[in-house]
Amino acid sequence: MTARSVLYLALATIAAFAIGFGLVFFWVPNEADQGFIQKIFYLHVPLAIVALVGFIVGGIHGLRYLTTRDANHDVRSYIAIHISVIFAVGVLITGAIWGKGAWGKWWVWEEPTLVSFLIVALLYCTYYPLRFAIEDRERQARYASLFAVMAGAFVPLNFAAVRMAESFLHPRTLATAEGGLPGSMKLTVLVCGIAMALLWVTLARTELLIKTTRWRMRRLERELGEAGAAGRPSRVAPVVPPTEVGSD
Amino acid sequence: MAGDAANVAVRTERLGREYGELVALDKVTFELAEGRSLAILGPNGAGKSTLVRILAGLLRPTSGKVRVLDADLPGENWKLRGRVGYLGHRPMLYRDLTIAENLDFHARLHRIGDAADRIGELLDQVGLRRRADELVANLSAGMLHRADIARLLLPRPEILLLDEPLSNLDPAARDTLGAMLADQPVKARLTVSHEPERAAADHDEVLLIGGDGRVSWQGPAGEYDPDAHAGVYAGALR
Amino acid sequence: MSTYRALVAKDLRVELRTWQSVPAMALLAVGTFVLFRFGLDRTELEGTLAAGILLVTTLFAGLLAVNRLFVPEREEGGFETMRLAPVPAAAVFLAKATVLFVYLAIFGAITLAAFAFFFTPDIASLPLLLLVILLFNAAISVTGAFVSPIATNSRSRDLLVPILLIPLLVPAIVAAAQVAGPVFNPSLPAFSSYSGWLIAAVLYDFVFAALGLALYDFLLDD
Repeated sequence: MTARSVLYLALATIAAFAIGFGLVFFWVPNEADQGFIQKIFYLHVPLAIVALVGFIVGGIHGLRYLTTRDANHDVRSYIAIHISVIFAVGVLITGAIWGKGAWGKWWVWEEPTLVSFLIVALLYCTYYPLRFAIEDRERQARYASLFAVMAGAFVPLNFAAVRMAESFLHPRTLATAEGGLPGSMKLTVLVCGIAMALLWVTLARTELLIKTTRWRMRRLERELGEAGAAGRPSRVAPVVPPTEVGSD
Repeated sequence: MAGDAANVAVRTERLGREYGELVALDKVTFELAEGRSLAILGPNGAGKSTLVRILAGLLRPTSGKVRVLDADLPGENWKLRGRVGYLGHRPMLYRDLTIAENLDFHARLHRIGDAADRIGELLDQVGLRRRADELVANLSAGMLHRADIARLLLPRPEILLLDEPLSNLDPAARDTLGAMLADQPVKARLTVSHEPERAAADHDEVLLIGGDGRVSWQGPAGEYDPDAHAGVYAGALR
Repeated sequence: MSTYRALVAKDLRVELRTWQSVPAMALLAVGTFVLFRFGLDRTELEGTLAAGILLVTTLFAGLLAVNRLFVPEREEGGFETMRLAPVPAAAVFLAKATVLFVYLAIFGAITLAAFAFFFTPDIASLPLLLLVILLFNAAISVTGAFVSPIATNSRSRDLLVPILLIPLLVPAIVAAAQVAGPVFNPSLPAFSSYSGWLIAAVLYDFVFAALGLALYDFLLDD
């Protein structure tokens, strides 16, 4: 992974978003009862799906850290969760805007999908205090990984449990029964979904690159005996261990 | 190593342990044959306790290799369960249970068959038979320490890893218990100590760790001259 | 498993001698009921409101117990003991979860009596209510046994226990409330209206127990 590969990823992301927005604003028809505001759905749903997948990816890396004790996995777990939390906040905000625009309310407690997503987001927000509260690096990585695995398993469970409730307001976005999406909408969601996933990966790679570089700088400084232009290591984020940036 | 006739009880190779930026142990390499004992000396903060905890399997090294008995740590940690006797700074006894209840608990965890007899025998040896039904919370530091020694020896460990085992004891107890620990039929005995002369007298070999976490000197106890190494202790405040 | 029994017996013996957990839990519950009595200005409760108050109070009391669960292990060498002896991590997990469950059961008996006294709710089916409460207790026990060592080994145990445990337990409390709500009524509605939630509650317990068993080795490792 080099800076150049991240650049290509970023370009691909921009391209995907351009196509996506083109589809959203110029091609896909307006939804009948909700009007223009419904377009935010194309932001909201991809954000949600990518965030949830991101959490699960975080859990997978956490599990790999536990089995290998390779700190690279801990870093990737941290970054995955970190970025997914940001996306999750985006989901809640876009969801509120959509809700207000389409049904007149900023938030609906009776809606199970919304509430489960909120629970998941709140759960993952506790990831930061958890890391911060543990000073020993190894233990921090271990407990954070355990949390990532536990929470990662929790995500599908939470949503499965919620499926059992009836939902009157939140449309089942991918259902094939009478509430299903017409083909054009499906395609648009798919394209926006890809764009969002690319964005996630770009952000993740960028952050990984930044951390790795900072780590190497700090190590060089330590060897040269000079104090920190690279800044003090964060207590929350994991320290990137000594692997070559090129090996990924 | 080729040509090793005796079995090796403990072997480390460039063992390192860091806590963030702090280096507790640095490239520590030594070997202890079976049937031998080692005194681990050094100034405060020199990583001696860390070394012993790593050997006990309670801590992972950040670099290097460790082998204790037939287990390569930390991967084969499980092989050592119940075979290592570790005596740390803090006693491994529950304050709200009596000495007897604590020893009984440990006996059950270690699945010791002749628990009652063994407990009685050890209590006699450490001189706590009459105090067996006293709550640990009510014990003096010396008694607490003796109870912990009983706890240590309960499962008949194969190797003893002792972190300042005699520090809380009065001189008479030190002699008795020091002798008791030295007489145990174990494959190896490693002791961290702050008393170089006494430790060198009680052990076969000496390992001196400096304030930088590196091995400052190692060799047979007979050749150890505390005065020659006073500098290691003096310059180690950090 | 004699190791499991030894671990459970040890904790229960200490609790019987020191009474550090259960009385505090019971006092918290009674205090909470008094507060609700005045805060809501009601002497009678029914339906989902009754269920909610009972379950949330139980959860908060459970937090107290979870907080204390591993403190002796940290301060009195328990972690070392368990790692140096041939003790399977799964045994520790089950033992601690059992201990929590026992505390919650004793607490639950006291609390239910107090609750009935304070708020005289209708109870359509006592066995069903007990079942739901026990399932909820199991949920707290299993997640608590997992979260407790993590929180105890960190700098802010009192902060971490609630913020880690509460989100994890939300599905459990939702499922429990959906069954307990109908129970606090003169008569019970059709079984099919809440049977799904009952299954969800059981599923939750199983899944988290399985997760805990699978991951506990890593928890105790270090």
